[in-house]
Amino acid sequence: MTRIEKNSGGGNAVEVRGLVKHFGDTRAVDGVDLDVKEGTVLGVLGPNGAGKTTLVRCLSTLLTPDAGTATVAGYDVVRQPRQLRRTIGLTGQYASVDEKLSGWENLYMIGRLLDLPRKDARRRADEMLERFSLTEAGKRAAHTYSGGMRRRLDLAASMIGQPSVLYLDEPTTGLDPRTRNEVWDEVKRMVAEGATVLLTTQYMEEAEQLASELTVIDRGKVIAEGRVNELKAKVGGRTLQIRPAEPGELHRMVGAIAQAGLDGIAGATADVEEGLVNVPIVSDEQLTAVIGLLGERGFAIAGIDTHLPSLDEVFLAITGQKTSTPADERDGQADNELQEVAV
Amino acid sequence: MSAAVASAPAAAHSGEGRIGLRGNLRHIGALVRRNALQIKQDPESMFDAVLMPIIFTLLFVYVFGGAVGGSLGGDRTVYVNYVIPGLMAMGGLNIAMSVGTGVNDDFNKGVMDRFRTMPIARSSVLIAKLIVESGRMMVSTIILLTVAFLIGFDLKTGPLELLAAIALALAFGASLTWIFMLLGLTLKTPQAVQGMGFLVIMPLQFGSSIFAPPGTMPGWLEAFTKYNPLSQLADAARALLNGEGAVAHPVMITLGWAIVITAVTAPLAVSKFRNKT
Repeated sequence: MTRIEKNSGGGNAVEVRGLVKHFGDTRAVDGVDLDVKEGTVLGVLGPNGAGKTTLVRCLSTLLTPDAGTATVAGYDVVRQPRQLRRTIGLTGQYASVDEKLSGWENLYMIGRLLDLPRKDARRRADEMLERFSLTEAGKRAAHTYSGGMRRRLDLAASMIGQPSVLYLDEPTTGLDPRTRNEVWDEVKRMVAEGATVLLTTQYMEEAEQLASELTVIDRGKVIAEGRVNELKAKVGGRTLQIRPAEPGELHRMVGAIAQAGLDGIAGATADVEEGLVNVPIVSDEQLTAVIGLLGERGFAIAGIDTHLPSLDEVFLAITGQKTSTPADERDGQADNELQEVAV
Repeated sequence: MSAAVASAPAAAHSGEGRIGLRGNLRHIGALVRRNALQIKQDPESMFDAVLMPIIFTLLFVYVFGGAVGGSLGGDRTVYVNYVIPGLMAMGGLNIAMSVGTGVNDDFNKGVMDRFRTMPIARSSVLIAKLIVESGRMMVSTIILLTVAFLIGFDLKTGPLELLAAIALALAFGASLTWIFMLLGLTLKTPQAVQGMGFLVIMPLQFGSSIFAPPGTMPGWLEAFTKYNPLSQLADAARALLNGEGAVAHPVMITLGWAIVITAVTAPLAVSKFRNKT
């Protein structure tokens, strides 16, 4: 209990140091460090096979790590698994509910397994069905549910015990976009209510939607980390997007910017389809300079915007070459990548 | 969440996270309910428990009954009293085998990951299964005995002996259930469990005193049947129901087998379940 109090002042709900897990010769998790601050969402982003699920399974006591340490709510995953299990909720890539049971029976069972008295377990099952918009389907067997309903039931099951840390392991993999949005809305709500979440995903959009901090992993190693915006800024700066009032002036605008030779501006491109001029910039001064120049030359501007690179672009920039290098070179390569990101 | 926080369960536990006996029983109860609801949802899963005793009884009594009964110095009714205690011994084996395939299927599902990340003793998942399967064995035995009495089974002792025979068959059946749970947790697919199960079951079933007295078998097979625990169970049940032959000896040997099998396979099965990845 004392440990939990110690953490409640904005400390780390999850701390992982040098975690290693291998299966035979494969190092699925290869020395991962990460922290999840209380009340925040950490996105763990990585391609298939990066070691995300293995990491989550280590942190939820389903696997015993081979080296390193990990604590969740102050409890050590290896030495205090029983206490740790009281503080976590897990929603896996595959719905972990009993498909033959009804939604209500699933939730009631979880409540009883969490030592709620019968009456409380019943009430809680009703509450959670209501909250996850499953009341009508509550009496039906879970195998009759749609994919989105099943994930929602899964989330509800994970929330019954009010875990202090929730693991969401690729919560929307295999869902259609509409269903994915339903799940995102639920996760956002849980976060707004103060849940600490460790989210793994291979979708940049998902990480951007839900996470405040990101850890990018590939082949079991952390290759980049930071706030979502920091990470984006590190990788590629911004793109200034200018919409001319007259679409016919796109190319003249591009020409004017290229000829002006403004400090640090390499060039501009015309996006005819969108009717936009794109100018990569790295500072606010450059933004002012470009707009000033266009004003001097008498161009009519209908709109301007700055755009951070998408996480897809971030991920490509960090891992792009790496994924195609042979495995035996990957260690040295990973260090180079980290330096590039840091620069 | 604000209103619901009041019902947070964590406060009820001591810091060590140990699960007391009452907690264990509550968890097992919740999991038994799960297994029972699964049967309710899928009544066909009771077919083996319900139909097997009927089919086997009719098959053996009417196909082999006359011939074997004749060589026992009587007719078909003599064989009924011979084979019914044997079929009681066999029932547990058949149910136990279906547990192997069911467990394999069930334990590969995501819900097992949830159970294993919850603050419950991991053995409670297996014990709940064992309890429900024992219930199925009970149902199967009651049906077997109902059919038996309908076709002329003659209980030569009393209800106490009958209950003792049922209890003995259940105890042995439960120990077999641990073997098949272990198999189900060890082998990769339900098909493999079934194949392996048949390999073990067929010789044990037929190389025993269940269906016919071993007296006419060749010496090596007779020796095998003598050491086959199913023969001991069948002989024990026969002695209890028909009131002839030694009771204590086969009963003690059957109980010994049940205890040894459980003592060896139950911890292995629990450890398999704990470490399953």
